[in-house]
This record gives sequence, structure tokens and C-alpha cells, in this order.
Amino acid sequence: MRLVILDDYNLASEWAAKYIRNRIIQFKPSADRYFTLGLPTGSTPYGCYQKLIEYYRNGDISFKYVKTFNMDEYVGLPRAHPESYHSYMWNNFFKHIDIDPANAHILDGNAEDLEAECRAYEQKIAGAGGIELFVGGIGPDGHIAFNEPGSSLVSRTRVKTLAKDTIVANARFFGNNLSKVPTMALTVGVGTVMDAKEVMILITGAHKAFALYKAIEEGVNHMWTVSAFQQHPRTIFVCDEDATLELRVKTVKYFKGANDSSSVLILLTGEFRWLLSD
Amino acid sequence: MPSNKSVSDAPITQFINCRILREHQLQRDDLWVREGKILDPEKLFFDEQGYADKRVDCEGSIIAPGFIDVQINGGYGIDFSQACEDVCSGVSFVAKKILEHGVTSFCPTLVTSPPAVYHKVLPQVKVHNGGSHGAGVLGFHLEGPFISLEKKGAHPAQFLRPFKSGDISDLMEAYGSLDNVAMVTLAPELANSQSVVRELSQRGITVSLGHSVANLSQAEDAVKHGATFITHLFNAMLPFHHRDPGIVGLLTSDQVPAGRTVYYGMIADGIHTNPAALRIAHRAHPSGCENRTGRLVLVTDAITAMGLPPGRHTLGQQVIEIQGLHAYVAGTTTLCGSIATMDMCVRHFKQASGCSVEEALEAASLHPAQLLGISNKKGNLDYGSDADLLLLDEALNIKATYISGEEVWRKEP
Repeated sequence: MRLVILDDYNLASEWAAKYIRNRIIQFKPSADRYFTLGLPTGSTPYGCYQKLIEYYRNGDISFKYVKTFNMDEYVGLPRAHPESYHSYMWNNFFKHIDIDPANAHILDGNAEDLEAECRAYEQKIAGAGGIELFVGGIGPDGHIAFNEPGSSLVSRTRVKTLAKDTIVANARFFGNNLSKVPTMALTVGVGTVMDAKEVMILITGAHKAFALYKAIEEGVNHMWTVSAFQQHPRTIFVCDEDATLELRVKTVKYFKGANDSSSVLILLTGEFRWLLSD
Repeated sequence: MPSNKSVSDAPITQFINCRILREHQLQRDDLWVREGKILDPEKLFFDEQGYADKRVDCEGSIIAPGFIDVQINGGYGIDFSQACEDVCSGVSFVAKKILEHGVTSFCPTLVTSPPAVYHKVLPQVKVHNGGSHGAGVLGFHLEGPFISLEKKGAHPAQFLRPFKSGDISDLMEAYGSLDNVAMVTLAPELANSQSVVRELSQRGITVSLGHSVANLSQAEDAVKHGATFITHLFNAMLPFHHRDPGIVGLLTSDQVPAGRTVYYGMIADGIHTNPAALRIAHRAHPSGCENRTGRLVLVTDAITAMGLPPGRHTLGQQVIEIQGLHAYVAGTTTLCGSIATMDMCVRHFKQASGCSVEEALEAASLHPAQLLGISNKKGNLDYGSDADLLLLDEALNIKATYISGEEVWRKEP
């Protein structure tokens, strides 16, 4: 694992966006060889999306040969609802860039047969050659996507009932009215994300600190599903200072020291190099 | 075009680099148009996997819905009230010219005239959509002949009429037909007017109060029976009096039936109303109150001479004289209509009332559309509405006019 610690939310967003940008550029995607990107929603990746849009507008990057697969979507929420993940992705990302609409994949929470929809999604990912880089976030209860505590660590895309913690955390997007928050969602499984070549988890804010501690300093545990990535060969956790508040000083110092030189290099030269062996 | 063609394969235009008037605010967003209507780009993206064929760079302009003028008597030498063989070409001529002022739809207005004129003119012009040929016609505005002698303004006294029976026969005798009529201005104090107001409202024709000496309760009564507009507020009606506010009192009347809105037309040319009066009217109903009972509508009340040089010209059955920005009944100091253009009115309204850009634009687009009951497709930039739009600069000068998504006028650089 690599733990990259930035001073604040904006710097963390920028680092993550630059990483994604550089990976796409170095991959040299083309019509024969698309770059497949897994994407999250929520307040954490918002800054990262803003930065990616900026890089697109500056001409630094194109999404013409990028295929995206979002992690999840609510069940039963109309697609045009302002809080659906389709609306989030359209308003905060897709409408500002040059991605081909046929390459932007999001689970359909209003499909007639939800299980068939999930199976089809897995096939689409496989058909695209698998995910090159899966970007995700972490819930306060340590979940990745909607893989709530207790989810199988080898799970695939499926329908999930949301945990109380998650519903409460999402209430702020539904006028703080708990009864309006969807109770089910379609989500990629832990196993689905583990299949990606590389995983990058964004974690910012003090309210995520405990989850980060459980995810990386305790054991692999299905009650904190992000912990599964301890067993992935290439994972990066990008966080801000506040998210490290529950970690041991020793952990933080180790990764800060290891990252100083590499972060500076990445920001200055735009080049990516794996400096830690995993 | 580029799409999975599940809905349509017509070309899609995307207006970029602009601020659009949506939900009463100017928002930095792109505007999408297909087959003459505003398109929902999110549906296009997800349902049809489509994107734009053509991008129009607006260079930071404001995009507003096209202006709608519900009171315009003619212009450029054309007088709609002149009975002639070819009213159609006159209306078309003006319709084409007013594209330059940002007007994409209008109601050709006829002042008080003898029945022969109405019988001849009305059948010649049908409601029709605009295009490169000119602004669309929404129907006639018949201002008179059922108005007050005292407040006739520039209307010829000899052709004023009362309501004999108060039913449809009065209207048919005077006008001949009510097809292609969008609005009628009348004086509610005339005997038998209530049933006429009801009859017209039931037929979907907007009833407006004007050229009248009605007191407030007569005006409120008319509103209860279906009147929804006030023709050029303050002009050709009793002045506001603190014990009898007259028609002006409708601005703050508490007798307006629940759920109804009274619209008040104002000629914001700097001449027909003092800016202070404009402000009083505007402040009676500032925007932001969702359940406000009054909304301001900008009209030009433009006459034949609009667009012409100073001198003498004909209006209805009378002669008028232009002096600068003023138009008088020849030989008097009675104003007989304005020669201001709609975009001038919008700019003047904003400057005089201190209102926001959004409010000024809505007074010339959204509110007239709501008045006429056509806001489901005109007067706004909602998905599915007709793509009648204007590109404006910061100072609200028109840079280009579009009807159904096609550019129909552009300012010379």
C-alpha cells in the first residue's frame, strides 16, 4: 500500500487528479486500446473532478479514449432526480469533458431486473478488458462503494440494502429527511474492485479518520470492507491531515517520509514512478 | 445526430460559453437545441448516448428567451389598423423588422376602429410561428372599441361602442370574428361588461382593462370575472387616489381570487411613465415572492412611426406627429403611443427601476408568455420549450436573435 498524505482537501484532490491524468497520458489510450477508469461519487471526489475538468479545459488531457465505470447507483430513484448518481456524474463531470456517452457506464437503479443489470455490468467491465484504475472513497463505516459492513470480501456487483450509518450520512442530500433517502442500491462488489489493476482510495476529513485507521492499521475484516485492499498488489490511499487523526504517529511519519520526494517529483515533472515496492 | 438514434437523428446544436436565464437566474451553463426546441442534455447523454453536431460559441453572452410584445400597433410606416387589401404583408414586414429588437413573438394590436375595419383585417392574419421570415404572430390584441370616451387617448371617439346586450353578439357585430384574437382591452365600467369578460375568458381570450375610468371595485369585479391584464398601467385610466385607487389599485388589491395573477403592462420608454411610477409598480410586486398576485409585463405600444424619421404619419383613423422620442396626436399634447423598441424598454426598465437583469428580461419574455397562457412552450428556456432565444451583451443590447433554434438576425459587427 502507498499512503499519500496532503495538507488539506484541495491538495489531496489535486494530487489525485494529477495521478489520474498522468496515468491516462502514459497509457496512451487509442481507439484500439481504451483506458478504463472506475469512478466514485460523493463530496470527497468532487474536488478531484473539478481539477480533472480544469486539466481537460487546459488541453492537458482528453477523455476521448477513456471508458468509465461508476461504482454504484441508488435503486428506485428516478434517473433525473438531482441526487441520483447519474445526475451527479453528469453535472460534476461528464458534461464538462469530451467523453463519448457510449463509454460512460453507470448501473441502472431502475432496471426491470436488477440482478440481470448487475450481471450485465460485470460483463461490460470484462468486455472492456477490466479496470485499469479504480478510484473510490470510503464511508464512515469503512465501506467501499455500497459494500456495507458484513459484505463478502469476494463479492461481485449486486443489490445491497444500505446500512443505517449510510442512510444517515446521505440524509443531508435529501433535505435531512431520512424517509426520503433510498434504502437500496446497486453496487460493484469488493471482489469487482479487487480485480482492477490499480486502486486509488480518496479519504478526506476527520469523520473518516477512524475508518481509515480500521482499514489500514487493523486486519482484513468484512466489517470494514476497505481493509480488503491490504491484499491488493497496487493500492494508493490519498488523504488529508485530518483523515490521519486516528492513525499511529509512526505510520504517518513513515509514509510522509517515503512520499516527500516522490510527491515533489510527481508535481514538478508530471512523471509517475513507483518508488515503494509492494 | 451523433446518438444511438433512439429518439431522433436531427442535428443537435450546443450553445457554449454563455450564461442562460433559467429558474429566474443567469447560470453559467450550455444550452442545447434540437428540432427547434430546447433539449435536455442529460437525457441526450444517458438515453441516446448523443452529443452535439454543432457548437455555437457565444463569447460570454447572455442567452434569454425571445421577447414577446403583446401591444404593438405597427411600425416602419405600417399601421395594422389601416383597412387595406394586404394586411398580411404589413404584419410580415413589421414582424421581420422587430427581430432586431429581440421580439420573437407578438400580438398585432388594433386600436378602436369601425366594424368594417375589423371585419376586413381580422380574417387576413392567422396565428402562426415565427422563423427567418419574422417574429411569430400570437393573435390580435383588440384595444377597443369598448372603451371609455373620457380616456380614449388617441382612439377616435366616433367609433367607440357600448355593450348592447353583454353577450357574444356585441363582439361579433363589432369584430366579425374572434378567431386569431389573443387579447381584448375594454373598460369594465361599461354596462354589461361582466358577462363579456366572462365570455371572452371562457374562450381563452385574455381580457385586459384599460382606457377606462373604472373605480377599484369595478376593476376588482372584472378580475373576478376573468380579467387578467391591465393595458399600459397609469396611462388612459384614473390616476391613483388614496380614497379611490382606481385600476391602479389592482396592484395591491386583496380581492384577486386565490391562485390568480394580475399582469400589468407598462410602456417603459421613459416618456409614458415617470421612472418613479415605474418603480412604484415594480416594487408592489418584487420578484422572489412565489405567490405574488401581480407581475409586470413590458410592452412597446409601438405605433406606425416606430422606426421612421420625425414628421407626420397616420395611426388608425387619425394623424400623428413625431418629435424626437415623443409621438403626439397632431396638434395636441396627447401621447398616442410610443416609438421605443422592446430592447430599449428592457434596458430603460432595468435602469429606472434598479431591478436585476433577470427581472428585466423576464418582464419581456416569461411574464407575457404566462399572461397569454403559453409559458409551456414560450418565454423560457426550459427543456421542451421552443428555442426562441436572444444573445445579449452585458448592457442588454441584442447581438443575435434565434427562432426555433435558427439564427434569424445578427447584429452587424
